[in-house]
Order: sequence, then structure tokens, then C-alpha cells
Amino acid sequence: MNRGVADGGEDIGMVDEAYRVVIGLEVHVELKTRTKLFCRCVNAFGSAPNTQTCPVCLGLPGVLPVLNRNAVSLAVKAGMALHCRIRSVSKFDRKQYFYPDLPKAYQISQYDLPFAEWGFVPIADGAEVKRIRIRRVHMEEDAGKLNHIGQNLKEAEGSLVDLNRAGVPLIEIVSEPDMGSAEEARRYLTELRTILSYLDVSDLRMEEGSMRCDANVSLKPRGYQGSLEDLPRVEVKNVNSIRNVGRAIEYEIERQAARLSQGERVIKETRGFDDGRGRTYSQRSKEEANDYRYFPEPDLPPLVLDESWLAEVQASLPLLPDAWRERLRGLGVASQDVEVLVQDRVQVAFLSEALSFTDDVRAVSSWMLSDMLRLLNERGLGFDQSPVSPKDLVDLLGFIADGKISGRMAKEVLDKMFESGESAAVWVKRLGMAQITDDSLLRGQVAEVLAEHGKVVADYRAGKERAFGFLVGQMMKRTQGQASPEVVNRLLKEALEFDAQ
Amino acid sequence: MMAVPDYSAKGLADAVRSGQVSAESAMIGYLERIRATEPEVHALLAQDQDLALSRAQGVDRMPLDQKSHLALAGVPLVVKDNIVTKEFPTTAGSRMLEGFHSPYTATAVERAEAQGAIVLAKSNLDEFGMGSSTEHSAFGPTKNPWDLTRVPGGSSGGSAAAVAVGMAPLALGSDTGGSIRQPAAFCGIVGLKPTYGRVSRYGLIAYASSLDQIGPLARTVEDVGLLLQVISGQDVRDATSGENPVSDYLAELKRPLEGLRVGMPKEYFGQGIDPKVRSVVEKMLTRLATEGVTVIEIEMPHTRYAIATYYLIAPAEASSNLSRYDGIRYGFRAPATDLDSLYRNTRAQGMGEEVQRRILLGTHVLSAGYYDQYYVKAQKVRTLIRRDFDEAFQTVDLVVTPSAPDLPFVLGSRSDDPMQMYLSDICTVTANLAGLPALSVPAGFDDGLPIGMQWIGPAWSEDLLLRAGYMVEQMVERPRWPL
Ligand SMILES: [Zn+2]
Repeated sequence: MNRGVADGGEDIGMVDEAYRVVIGLEVHVELKTRTKLFCRCVNAFGSAPNTQTCPVCLGLPGVLPVLNRNAVSLAVKAGMALHCRIRSVSKFDRKQYFYPDLPKAYQISQYDLPFAEWGFVPIADGAEVKRIRIRRVHMEEDAGKLNHIGQNLKEAEGSLVDLNRAGVPLIEIVSEPDMGSAEEARRYLTELRTILSYLDVSDLRMEEGSMRCDANVSLKPRGYQGSLEDLPRVEVKNVNSIRNVGRAIEYEIERQAARLSQGERVIKETRGFDDGRGRTYSQRSKEEANDYRYFPEPDLPPLVLDESWLAEVQASLPLLPDAWRERLRGLGVASQDVEVLVQDRVQVAFLSEALSFTDDVRAVSSWMLSDMLRLLNERGLGFDQSPVSPKDLVDLLGFIADGKISGRMAKEVLDKMFESGESAAVWVKRLGMAQITDDSLLRGQVAEVLAEHGKVVADYRAGKERAFGFLVGQMMKRTQGQASPEVVNRLLKEALEFDAQ
Repeated sequence: MMAVPDYSAKGLADAVRSGQVSAESAMIGYLERIRATEPEVHALLAQDQDLALSRAQGVDRMPLDQKSHLALAGVPLVVKDNIVTKEFPTTAGSRMLEGFHSPYTATAVERAEAQGAIVLAKSNLDEFGMGSSTEHSAFGPTKNPWDLTRVPGGSSGGSAAAVAVGMAPLALGSDTGGSIRQPAAFCGIVGLKPTYGRVSRYGLIAYASSLDQIGPLARTVEDVGLLLQVISGQDVRDATSGENPVSDYLAELKRPLEGLRVGMPKEYFGQGIDPKVRSVVEKMLTRLATEGVTVIEIEMPHTRYAIATYYLIAPAEASSNLSRYDGIRYGFRAPATDLDSLYRNTRAQGMGEEVQRRILLGTHVLSAGYYDQYYVKAQKVRTLIRRDFDEAFQTVDLVVTPSAPDLPFVLGSRSDDPMQMYLSDICTVTANLAGLPALSVPAGFDDGLPIGMQWIGPAWSEDLLLRAGYMVEQMVERPRWPL
């Protein structure tokens, strides 16, 4: 069954019966390179307008693009992590249209030979895993930005062009129309972002535009035999968060279903999403769309990736979310904890480092997701900024395991560790929680106990073994249980023998 | 009449290096020559005599150990105005870029300057390199120094005329379909289009990126080799520049070529070639045969598709390359009421008729529904043309053709007939389509008008081309100077 609309209402049943929801997503991701894709300008967000530019990314007369190999490397990592087939030979093409934010009036992109194809992203719904197929991943350069003096280009008094972003490397990840609900689209995006976050290839900030999503939504009538491509498809452009992508899709499904149920046609068009009103609105109909006149970029030789280099990149990939899920489940971590842990690359990195000091994955993960997370959240920190290192946490858990402190004591120690950045051992001792193992601290008390209980000492010397146990008990009482039994035993025996001589 | 500074680039550089001649005094001579001839020829668009003089003085003041390493010490250089330079405005012969100053200098110019060359002027051209007569310049036509009623060829007509008349011993041009070789032939000088990738295109205002090359023009083969030597070699700023090592073009230049086998493709000697041109080139081949060169008649069957192929590929790339001239960031901007009219008015008013014609042609060629039929097919034919050459070079070392189908024509005589103008490129476009090096060298004169012959070689065979050209040069006598 396909749940088209997530938030209830009588109409959903109708959607279910009459139509199947078909969703495909196009996701643009800015790559985190030091420099731009075809020039050596710094790739940085938030600089003063047009300060990160040069003749090449300004599209001045006579300039030529030179491919940034590091961008290729990051792109290929992403392609591999999405289980794509990487082409050993691909090429760049020019996508041509006029717009003030596009300085050459063409965007260097990849058209018919993208560097990666035929991958998938697994999304889980409970125990069931569905693969959302990736049709292609290609590299391209970003355009600049227009700042309109006024509401939009048409009504603006004027527009200012900022080309800092022009030429920033992007990958575009195009899915097959495999998603059947807004919820699946959200899951796909979340998992895609998680996978990419593990690779550290992008900032993935949707609000800053380093990850952008266009959603293609159509409704397939029951019994429809034609191809999905022929369905009137609505593209919702540039939605700025995963949550809003879900909302935009939900709105679109309702809107299209309503039109179809009234016998109206759904028009193939591009729509925007109004965050405040939770609605999509028409931007332009596809009928008047551009002919991009793609042709091979003559300024760049074909992109040839040799096998040994590809093997190196493959070998450099970190363990990905799915592999982590499997590993953690195998180690006995509860599945809801597994899901929470793998969402965040830095959590997994923290856990991974902790596991190099201990085998007790359950203890580490449960402490991470409870007290560690609470303390980090209070400070607005991530696991990568934690004042308590994985080793520190493992040391603390060691005190519990050895029975030296209780779980409750450990919480108190962890608080102190967060405040001071000092180790567990320091705080266990400072808070007087540590067992007293220092001979010199205990020797005086041993002498006092022996002096107080002369009769028991005499019984012991007479061969009453149980009398020794009484003396130990007295020691523990005097030290409020903090004396190390081992040390007490040794010191008592030493003192009793010494006195006997 | 003014005295003409009678140096070769090689001779002048040698004399400046050794201190026999001051760069300044030589420069003064060239500047006077420009003042005397430029009003009639109109070869130049921008010049800076003060800058040229101070640069020349700079070379003279250089310590000897520094100066003695400069291959082009104090040699004046004219640069075609579609090659960007920081010190001069760069217009590409278009209103679109009137007053445009590039913030950077092209690699080829940088390299020549680093060897002591002094840019003294930018030269006239057909707008954005599109034309074969320099009549399509937005700033008025250049005249052929040998006959001021005739065209100098194009699009590097300004560079060719400037060298021919003695404004400078060296010039840089660019060649997309013959734009160095045809004007070199029309002006009675030597011009070379290098192998695609031999010279960096960084800073060359793109016309058709897969065909464009910067190349040298000079009055002697040796000077062409000298400038080529300096500007050649891989450039990290041009991903299509080749990493092949640059050989010493002058080392073997004068050594006789023994046992040279030359192919004479009959397609280049038949219909459409002026009988006067044919006869001069054939006569030269006969003379070469007596010198031990073997001339073999060959066939290059796809030559007949070359013009059609060229006029699909070049405009297609041009339509894309010239889209950036939109009035938004630099150059000419026409008054407009909204974005669409800004684009429309700017491009309609800023670009000349021939440029607009080729942009429309190219836009059509790349349009949905026509792309396969035109562009893809043209690329296939391009491969076949390249294969014709591969096969020819199985049996011959070099191929010889006329450099142009006709003699310099009268100004204005072809302006209304673009098709006739396009046929001017019939002998030269194949080398661009195949990416091969080709040299035009004067083969003789007919009634005071120069006629050039073209030598085409395998990729990276510039050294061999120059030796062949040198051999021809020794057999041609010509009047000292036009004007
Ligand atoms: Zn840049």
C-alpha cells in the first residue's frame, strides 16, 4: 500500500485507490574543495560579494577551465558510496542559457556521459529495506547569485550579481522515480545526507545552499500503461530543508489529486515552495522551457580515471552507515540506539575510537546516547568537540566495571570531567570515591584497630581465623568502605606478625 | 619615402644582445614606419609608442648577462587584437568589446615578452576572427600593402599587413580556418598555424575552441621559427595544450631536406582554384623536384566536405563562446527596459552582421532536433578528414597545397556574398579540422600580387614544415617592400 499523504484526512483513501504517487529527487551537493572546480579561487561561503573571483570564473574573454582533480576525487567517493558504477571515461558538456548569474552563458556540466551511474540508496521502514535507485551522478559548476533590489527579478529596481559561488564544484544526484510518499522522500534524503556526511565531501547545509533538492512529483492513475516519463511531472525547485521537501511533496500530492478528481489536467511545470504558507506555487510551465543546446566542452579533454586510482579511492572510503548498522547490531547494540548512532558521522567516529580501547560497545553506546549526549547538548557541542575524549569515557566506564565506583557515582564524575576537562581518575580521587589503597593512609588506622580490639587479636593469635574477618570489618567501617580490602588484608597481616615478634 | 628598419627578428635580437644596436633606436625606426604607413594600411587598432619606447630602453639598460638570454631581445611585436593584453585594450575587432581592458595577458604574449619582445600595437582583424578579408572589423578594413585597393586576407589581416609593410618584424595571429595562413599568403609573408595544443590558447578570445590556435607571422621562415619556439609548450592554464617537448626549430632549419616526399592532393588543385595560383604553386613544385624532392599526386577524398564541416563546427562553438558577451559584466551595453531586451539590444547592436550570421547558424546547428543531423555528423566527417591525412602521411612526409584559392581580391567585392567568402578558406580549413600544423610561405608573385603555398605536416612536425618552408624561401625572389 502506498500512503500518499502522511498527515491524514478523508481524501487520502481516494489518492490511494485512484493513483499511485511517483516521486524522483534531484539533489545538488556542493563539494568541500579548497578551490573552485575550474579555477584556483577559494571555495568559501559568506565572503564579501565578488571577492572570491578571477578571470576564469568571471568568464572574461580568453579564459579556459582547468579541472580541479580534488573535486573529481570527492565526487568519485560520493559515487562509490552510493554504489554507482564509475565510468573510466566521461566528459564535460556545455549547458547553455542566458542568465545574469551565469557569466559564460553556459554551465560546464556532464550530459550524456556522467561519471557515475546506476547506484542506490537503501532506506529502511522498520525491518523492511527498500532500495531507491540512483540513475546518475554528474559533476558541474555552480552559478553565481543575484541579489535583487526588490522582491524578484521582474519587479526589481535592479539586481546585483555576486559571482563568489560561480564555479564552485557541485555533484547532482538524480534518483529514479522510486519513492511513493513524502515519508520515503524524507527517508531517502536523510539517508543520502548521512552517507555523504560520512565521506566528509560537503558541508551539506540546506539552509546555506550547500545541499539543494528539487522534487519531481506526479500521480499515476490506476491502470495507466504508459511510461512514467510521459506523466505530467511537476518539479518543485530549491526547497531549503528535508522537512520542507516532505511538506512540499505532501501539498503537491493533494493539489494534483484534487485536480485529477475534478477531471482537470495536471500541467507539467516548475513550482516553488512557500515555506510560510506550506504551499507550492507556479513558476513557469515546462512548455516554454529552454533548449539547453548541450554539446561537448571543447576546452576540456575527456575525464579519464584509471583503475588503480579508482581502487585507491575505493579503499579510502570509510565504513558507511549501513555497514555500521550491521556491525553495531552484531555487537548487540539495541536497534533504536543503532539508528540514533549512525545518523551522525561524529557519533560514529567517537564510538569507533572508543572501541579501540574497549570491547564493551553496549556500555559505550548507552553512555554516549544518555549522559554524554545530554552534556554535549547543554553546551551546544557535537561529539567531535567533546571535552571528554573517547578514551576518557572508556576510562570512566572502567571504574564501574572494576566495581570501584557505582553508576551513580560515575554520572557525577562525568559532569565534573565535562566541566574541567580532567580525567576520570582525577575526579574519582578528588571526590573521595576511590578506594583507599595507599599503605601510609591505612597503617595508622590498622594500629588503632588492633589496639582497640586486644581480645580479638589474642583470639586470632590463638588460631581463631574468624577473628581476622572481624578486624577487616572494623577497618572497612572506619574507612566508610573505601579502603581496598586487599590492602587492608595485607597490612593487618603484616601488623599482627610484626607485633608477634 | 621613409627608410624601412631592415632587420629580421633574428638579426635584430642578435644585434641588441651583443650591443651593436640599441633596442631604442630600432624601435624609433619601427615607430616612424608605423606613422608613415598606418594611415594608408590601417593595420592597427591600438598602439602605445611611449610604452614601446620605454620598454626598449628597459631592454637596453638590462645587465648583459640578463639580456644575453633573451631570444627576442628588443624585438617589436604586433599582437592580433583577439589576444588579450593588460597594457592595451582588447576589442577582438568588435563594438561589443570597445574599450575593454583585460586584467591579464595571454600566455603566448607573456612568453614572448619574457624573452624580450616588445608589444608595440594590437592589430586589426575580422570581428572575433570571423572573416577572410579583415573587412568585418568594426573599426574599418585593413588594406593590402601590395595593392591598397585589395584586402590583406583575414582574419589576421592586420598582423599580416603590419609585418609585410615593416611596422614590426614579428606578429602573433590566430588561425581557426586559415586566419594566419591566408593573410600571410595575401601579404607575401610567412605564417604558421601550429599543431592543435602546441601553443597555449589561454588569453585567445575563443572563436571555435576545438580549431583555434595562436601562431607566428614574419617575413622569413627563420623568424617564424624563432617566435614559435618562444610561444610553444604546455601551459597549466590550458588543458588542451600538449605536453610534447618543443624541439629546437632553428637548429636544423637550414640543413637541406634529402629524399623529401611531398604529396600533392588533386582536390586542392582543381575546381575553384585560380589558374594563376595553381600555376605558381605547380611551378614551385617542379623546381623542388629538380632539387631532389619527390612529388607524388595523392587523393584526399573527403576534402570536398571540408567547408561544409567547418561551417557547422566553427559556428556551433562560436555561438556558445560568444554568448558571454551579454552586456551584463563588461563591454558594450545597449539601453533596455528589461533583461530580455538588454540581451537582445546589446547583442544586436554590439555585434556585426557576419558574427550574428554565424551565431544564428551555430545556434541552429546545436538545437534540439538538429544536433545529430548537423553537429554529430560534422564531427564524423571531421574524423574522416583526419583519416585522409593519416593515410597520406603513410606515403608522403608533407602535403602541399595553395594557401588560398585566389589572389587578394578587391575590397568590397565579396561583401554581399558570404558563400563566396567562405570558399576563401577552402585550402586551409582541413588542417584545423585535423588539428595539424600548416605553414604558408610565399611561392611567387603574379602581377605584383603575392601567392602563397601551404605545407601541411603530421602532428608536432613544425620543425619539418619550417625546413621545407626555408627551402622554398631560398628559391623565391621578391620585391623588397610594398609601399
Ligand atoms: Zn576563479
